[in-house]
Amino acid sequence: MAKKVAFLQGNEAAAHGAIYAGCNFFAGYPITPSTEVAEVCSLELPKLGGKFIQMEDEIGAMAAVLGASLAGSKVLTATSGPGLSLKQELIGYGCIAEIPCVIYNVMRGGPSTGMPTGPSQSDVMSAKWGTHGDHPAILLVPASVQETYEEIIRAFNLSEKYRTPVMVMPDEIVAHMRERIVFPEPGEIEVVPRKAPTVPPEQYKPYDTSFGDVPPLASYGTGYKFHVTGLNKMQDGFPTTKAEIVQAEEERQVRKVNANVDDIVTFEEYLLDDAEVAVIAYGSTSRSARYAVNAAREQGIKAGMFRIKTFWPFPDKQLKALAGKVKGFVTPEMNLGMCTGEVERCAQGKVPVLGIFRVDGEPINPDQIVAKIKEVK
Amino acid sequence: MAFDYDKYIRPGKLPHIWCPGCGHGIVMKGLIRAIDSLQLDTKNTAIVSGIGCASRLPGYMDCCTLHTAHGRAAAFATGVKLAKPEMNVILVGGDGDGTAIGGNHFIHACRRNIDMTYIILNNKIYGMTGGQFSPATPTGAKASTTPYGNPDPPFDIAKLAIGAGATFVARGTAYHATQIDKLIAEAIQHKGFSVVEILDDCPTTYGRRNKFKSVIEMMNHLKETAVPVKAAEKMTAEQLQGKVLTGVLYKEEKPEYTTEYAKVIERAQAK
Repeated sequence: MAKKVAFLQGNEAAAHGAIYAGCNFFAGYPITPSTEVAEVCSLELPKLGGKFIQMEDEIGAMAAVLGASLAGSKVLTATSGPGLSLKQELIGYGCIAEIPCVIYNVMRGGPSTGMPTGPSQSDVMSAKWGTHGDHPAILLVPASVQETYEEIIRAFNLSEKYRTPVMVMPDEIVAHMRERIVFPEPGEIEVVPRKAPTVPPEQYKPYDTSFGDVPPLASYGTGYKFHVTGLNKMQDGFPTTKAEIVQAEEERQVRKVNANVDDIVTFEEYLLDDAEVAVIAYGSTSRSARYAVNAAREQGIKAGMFRIKTFWPFPDKQLKALAGKVKGFVTPEMNLGMCTGEVERCAQGKVPVLGIFRVDGEPINPDQIVAKIKEVK
Repeated sequence: MAFDYDKYIRPGKLPHIWCPGCGHGIVMKGLIRAIDSLQLDTKNTAIVSGIGCASRLPGYMDCCTLHTAHGRAAAFATGVKLAKPEMNVILVGGDGDGTAIGGNHFIHACRRNIDMTYIILNNKIYGMTGGQFSPATPTGAKASTTPYGNPDPPFDIAKLAIGAGATFVARGTAYHATQIDKLIAEAIQHKGFSVVEILDDCPTTYGRRNKFKSVIEMMNHLKETAVPVKAAEKMTAEQLQGKVLTGVLYKEEKPEYTTEYAKVIERAQAK
């Protein structure tokens, strides 16, 4: 039987992908250009017995998803720039208390209210450094409607697997464009369940590292009574200021992601085998980059593209290796150099990194990229 | 026979962090007696708090406990309750946490009439951060950030809750210890968003700045200013000047949020 197809917006695909991943709780606050996610969730979740709640503000929405996750739900919230800023403290809470949740943030212009309907890629650093303190960060940056659907499923899986908030950030172009999407059959894409405790309730500790860097998480209301706090905590979840415990826990929280980079980081290599110039791109910009690489090839320039699909952890290993092979990197992005700085770090001075930066709400077009490719000597 | 509080307390988590003379422990005992009188299943009871002295209370209780971020208790608790409506959800927090940084979440939880009980321990001050004034600090009172006297008018938290749509609102005091469990138990039994404001004392950061010579003096102040709602009916406006009403101040039956949401699910599934 033919698979079900549809013509969807990125935001709509995100909501449907979340439901495929088992999302049964959405809390959000309306903000352009992410509102379609809430609208689809409000329509679809109750049909499946799931819950949708429009909270009083962005912080409340983030709090509600964390509470619902502790009560055993698979949770999603959707927002955009200023909303992401408001959520940051509680994203940090999710990191330290190790609560799975998915944050879908559509990147619009900023800072502050910026350009609510204009695209940008300027929240990628906010995803890594927005909340205070040391914490893990996982950020996925889809480039198409189909990929938004699939990546949000992966976000839920990573969130459950590593017990941490995971962010999915399409730029506004990906979020609002319509494309053909082919829905996977149930079971076709793996859905990772939350690791439940195997010990009896009286022995359960929510941060018991004898089960590894990612201890099982019980749900409230299932017979397990446990304490959760945003303070530095011991294995039983209660606060501590004991130096060696705080140090070890902070390191574990970061290590559980950083030690699994190869499991988390995904990317696409396009015509890189013989490339002399590598365009490093992500989101909608990568679509212009692909066009530009083809155009450059037609003009006899050996160009290729490295497409970032997982922005955090950053694909350091791959880009460091690539820096040894090509003559230069070109980094088009809809901000003033956020990814470029990371690429420069990976280039380690071996090759020049030529950035293309737009923050005027217009997409980066292939001609701009071709012109920059030609600047690489 | 003496009441067995230990049954509801987490072994090894005491002593508590509260200062000598603080009324929070009295409220915790009242909450325990309320839970016991209703025979709530502690495995199915979530106690949620924000930040501050009062917000440490859940940690001592052997339930599902969630110590959240500044002011966010009501929003976290809304997530817990909507995800698992069968759970008993009790919020505990101070006046600053609940009505300043958490003010927005508080009024909207009242408006939704979601079935939870919010116990607000109102000691009129930010205790843990060192005695800064809160939205409940009386005008003219001294705090570490009002060295010349507080210019702000205070909230009447109970009236705020009623105005925002809470369907059960009660007030007690830490002095009237034996009344607390009854007010909390009635609030928990009420189907809807219930608020129990407990007028509490903070000798360390409020009392010593505001000429209360001892904890006893603070407790006596709570005793003298409290007037039960029934007694107030017979009193004149003059007699009620400077007094606070205690007991069940407001009660009404209104559609409850999680029950209404269950109907949303029914309607969605019928289509």
